[in-house]
Amino acid sequence: MIDETLRNELKRQGVFTTNLAELYNWGRKNSLWPLQFGLACCAIEMIAASMARFDISRFGAEVFRPSPRQADLMIVAGTVTKKMAPQVVRLYNQMPEPKYVIAMGACAISGGPFKQGYNVLKGIDRYIPVDIHIPGCPPRPEALLHALMALQKKIESDKLRGGGRPRHLDPEQPSEFPVPECGAHDLVPTKNHTLWNPKPILRKS
Amino acid sequence: MLTQNETNPHLFLAVFIAVAIVFALTPLLIARLWAKLFSPQKRGPIKNSTYECGLDKQAIGWVQFKAEYYLYAIIFLVFDVEILFLLPFAAVFKQLSIGAVVAMLVFVLLLVEGLAWACLKGLLKWRQS
Repeated sequence: MIDETLRNELKRQGVFTTNLAELYNWGRKNSLWPLQFGLACCAIEMIAASMARFDISRFGAEVFRPSPRQADLMIVAGTVTKKMAPQVVRLYNQMPEPKYVIAMGACAISGGPFKQGYNVLKGIDRYIPVDIHIPGCPPRPEALLHALMALQKKIESDKLRGGGRPRHLDPEQPSEFPVPECGAHDLVPTKNHTLWNPKPILRKS
Repeated sequence: MLTQNETNPHLFLAVFIAVAIVFALTPLLIARLWAKLFSPQKRGPIKNSTYECGLDKQAIGWVQFKAEYYLYAIIFLVFDVEILFLLPFAAVFKQLSIGAVVAMLVFVLLLVEGLAWACLKGLLKWRQS
């Protein structure tokens, strides 16, 4: 590894140094192809973000793919109903590695205004690993761009080997997560415990 | 016979083929090497499944189609080809020589013969099986 001060000194002189991991991450973070699917009204903001005014192509993420096999990024844009959740999980499973998830809007992160509803999933992070959560109802396109930039920062710091490397580089980590099924009253199982383990709420009596 | 200074005129073809193969294989080899060193392949039953729409496949595709559809498609060709030739035939009918008209009538008769044959065989009746 090159010494950081030497590297800064070289940069000042106009000599740019890099390593394999940085080059790899630089390429990946600037070509995040989202999966083309919208679930509810947040999708309209996602579409607005891809149009000329907000122009998501500045970040190399304008190539919305209609097939999960060609996509890197799943933007869960909208309310995930319990009927739709198995399909969302199956689409996530079919995406090739490396894959990332942005849960966009209050519904996708928690159920939002429909949280008390019998048919709405209370956050897609119960079934698939979400990298970035965006609150808002709906979030503005700028918020989606901010989430994309946050994801790019996350990818930038990924390590190629050793401990702390991202999910897709670790052979032990799964790439598929169990698809829930529609049961009599709720999805079965109601959550994936390997992913979703919130701390219990402590109430003072 | 080639002299000492001349090379085989087909040598450049061999060089082109060799370069083409190397050019095509190098990125594939680098990708394979990268996957082996860093990024492990993760296959799975859901990832390799047929449909990409989020839904699972239902039933099977091995079902029988009715052979009657095939016969209808063949008989349709009679009308299809006929209309293709009859329209220009009608457009230039008055300027045609007698030989051309006879040739055209023979052609139409051949097609009508096929239709008559199908009709006599009872192929134009749709049978419910």
